[in-house]
Amino acid sequence: MRSKILAKNLNFHYGKTQALKDINLEMEENHITALIGPSGCGKSTFLRTLNRMNDIIPGVKIEGEVILDDKNIYDKSIDVVELRKRVGMVFQQPNPFPKSIYDNVAFGPKMLGMKRLVNMDELVEKTLRQAALWDEVKDELKRSALTLSGGQQQRLCIARVLAVEPEVILMDEPCSALDPVATLKIEELMQKLKNDYTIVIVTHNMQQAARVSDCTGFFLLGELIEHGKTSDIFSRPKDKRTDDYITGRFG
Amino acid sequence: MLRVKAISSKSTQRAAMVFVWGAGAVTMLILLAIIGYVLVQGIPEIGWSFLTTKPEGGLSGDGGISTVIVSTIYLVGLTIAILLIPGIGAGIYLAEYAPDNRLTHIIRYGIETLAGIPSIVFGLFGFALFVTALHFRFSLLSGALTLVCLLLPTLIRTTEEAIKAVPRGHREGSLALGATKWQTIRHVVLPAALPGIVTGVILCVGRAIEETACLYVTLGGSAAMPTSLMSGGRTLSLHLFYLAMETNAFEKAMATGAVLILTIIIINTITNWLSYRYQVKMRGRLS
Repeated sequence: MRSKILAKNLNFHYGKTQALKDINLEMEENHITALIGPSGCGKSTFLRTLNRMNDIIPGVKIEGEVILDDKNIYDKSIDVVELRKRVGMVFQQPNPFPKSIYDNVAFGPKMLGMKRLVNMDELVEKTLRQAALWDEVKDELKRSALTLSGGQQQRLCIARVLAVEPEVILMDEPCSALDPVATLKIEELMQKLKNDYTIVIVTHNMQQAARVSDCTGFFLLGELIEHGKTSDIFSRPKDKRTDDYITGRFG
Repeated sequence: MLRVKAISSKSTQRAAMVFVWGAGAVTMLILLAIIGYVLVQGIPEIGWSFLTTKPEGGLSGDGGISTVIVSTIYLVGLTIAILLIPGIGAGIYLAEYAPDNRLTHIIRYGIETLAGIPSIVFGLFGFALFVTALHFRFSLLSGALTLVCLLLPTLIRTTEEAIKAVPRGHREGSLALGATKWQTIRHVVLPAALPGIVTGVILCVGRAIEETACLYVTLGGSAAMPTSLMSGGRTLSLHLFYLAMETNAFEKAMATGAVLILTIIIINTITNWLSYRYQVKMRGRLS
């Protein structure tokens, strides 16, 4: 399998606290990589370094490299806007814009100037289908996205990301605000999407990591304790701390 | 012991209810008394001829308020036209771009201080700068520029607050899609903040209509029909002041007051309706 993203000796400082310590992690193409660990362990921070979302927070310092394909995304020649188009992100709280369903999906392509290159109606339909939302909303695309249920909103946010045709999708606890049925739908969707995309998901829910992911990384206090195939991590963890966490002894 | 405590907390509860209710009732009564008195005294005087004839001046205070209405509309329109871009622009800057440092702290502090300064002080400043130094004389232009100085802090603050109230998730969602910061502000943040910004603008319209003291020394008091930016004039509230202080026509002052109150009520109703409509449109439901 080909490596899609590779974090090399990544350190992250927020003010005086070091949130990530020397992280080395490879995320493979067309795989789902799950990042698990207790609250405050740095897994979300790590995820946000992969599309440079931390750049908007003042007072952060990042050392090391994140290689996407073969280029370091922290290199000076990298255009952050271009990077975020390639590496999309779905957030913990569904955050559709207060616009119509259609406008939410069309937002990214419009901002990126894809308007003239594509048939927007087709693109909206295609991405809503990909996100398994089309059948539920096809008759009311003009309705406000905020009238959708939480699970539908989250799938809309995924559709919104798919519309800009990214290569990688980062998901920051995408199901933590959803009920079990909506969660299941998102998980099924992820399985479908991994054929075309590389997915990195942060989750609090170990069963979810075990269910959906191919590889898992376990974070604790800013360090990557252990990573490898999900089946290995959950059946025979090498590190005692990983074992303690996945068996529910802490966290 | 327990029983005593229960009784006393119950009676405290009752006393608090009476107090809160009483305070609410007194406030409502005062409000209704003022508005009711002015409307009852003033409305019988209002008629088509009152609205469409110009004030005669003199001790009798004869005539209507036609030129006064026109002056008010011109002045408010001119003020808002000048005010909008710097006010909303500065609000966007402070909310989205300004770094968190000493300078911006001083700017914010200055804005807060300006918002609390009595309007007559702005009037004196406008008199010294616009009327005298820049030779705009007593005119709509001097009056409007002075009002802009007076209202800028209000509009900047309300715009900043409205923008800051937009959830961070909206911004992050947009940035994560590859939109630039300005695209995010223009297409996500500003539309979401619009009801708040519009409310701020209407607040400024209301204050411009009400304002008297700072116009007394910048707009002059001409009762003639204004013909250009350099014409003097008098607004409704200024006219009311002149009628009450310089004529015997107390009932005309009351009628002018009634027109003022009705105008404010109409503006507030329209604002509420607009922001209601906007919320329905944005959320597909009521908040």
